[in-house]
Amino acid sequence: MPFPEKKELEEALRARLTTGIHEKIKTARVGIAGLGGLGSNIAAMLVRTGVANLTVADFDTVDLSNVNRQNYYLSQIGSPKTDAAEELLLKINPYLTIDKHYVRLDPSNIPAIFDGCDIVCEAFDVPSEKAMLINTILERCPGIKVVSGSGMAGYGRSNEIRTERLFADLYICGDGIDMEDTEGGLMAPRVNICAGHMANAVISLLINGDV
Amino acid sequence: MKVNGKDHGPVLPMTVKGLVSSMGFREDRVAVELNGKIVSRARYADTALKDDDSVEIVGFVGGG
Repeated sequence: MPFPEKKELEEALRARLTTGIHEKIKTARVGIAGLGGLGSNIAAMLVRTGVANLTVADFDTVDLSNVNRQNYYLSQIGSPKTDAAEELLLKINPYLTIDKHYVRLDPSNIPAIFDGCDIVCEAFDVPSEKAMLINTILERCPGIKVVSGSGMAGYGRSNEIRTERLFADLYICGDGIDMEDTEGGLMAPRVNICAGHMANAVISLLINGDV
Repeated sequence: MKVNGKDHGPVLPMTVKGLVSSMGFREDRVAVELNGKIVSRARYADTALKDDDSVEIVGFVGGG
């Protein structure tokens, strides 16, 4: 079956949403830093909801060990995650504009890469990298809100994953417990719960400026 | 001084760097907001805290 025309797809998205909401979501630009368990799933949820402009960055390629929780398929092993994510996201919305950066993010490139974003999702896995990204954006990119994931390993305890506004422009989703202190490692359901919190925070911020 | 919404008591004089370390956080894993504004990591050591300050410290954990 051929892809629907852009107008047809937009009408279908709009029809599912309350009046006025689709415009706010469609016109925004959302950044995703890291396309692992959190980022790959957040991206898919946002695009399904109608986010039409994404900036994504990741330095890694899809590995067999990722498929247990990340939104990739075996056929994509070896591809840069930026390419693999784009391939899947364009199957949800072929009219998406996706600005992809196959690069390791650091303070020297973060401000330029995420320039123009309304919100950036911090979706790294290493704590010092999370802190680096968040500090760089909050210090040097005024006006950009950050939604961060912190603590989503293990199983059960679904209701311990929560969303909180911690700083003026920083929202944290997770249970705050390090992967190393959690039984079970990183597993798809809880990673997806956290990714869901993050995507939901993004949508809520775009619609009414709060979570 | 308030830290993460709670009264931290009279522990002055102290810098942001000292507070982060006294609370058991690793400096490379935190972000700090002082009176509603982010504190640059380069300024932790020379940002002195005052009695009427309100500080928010968030420590990040692994997994993603």
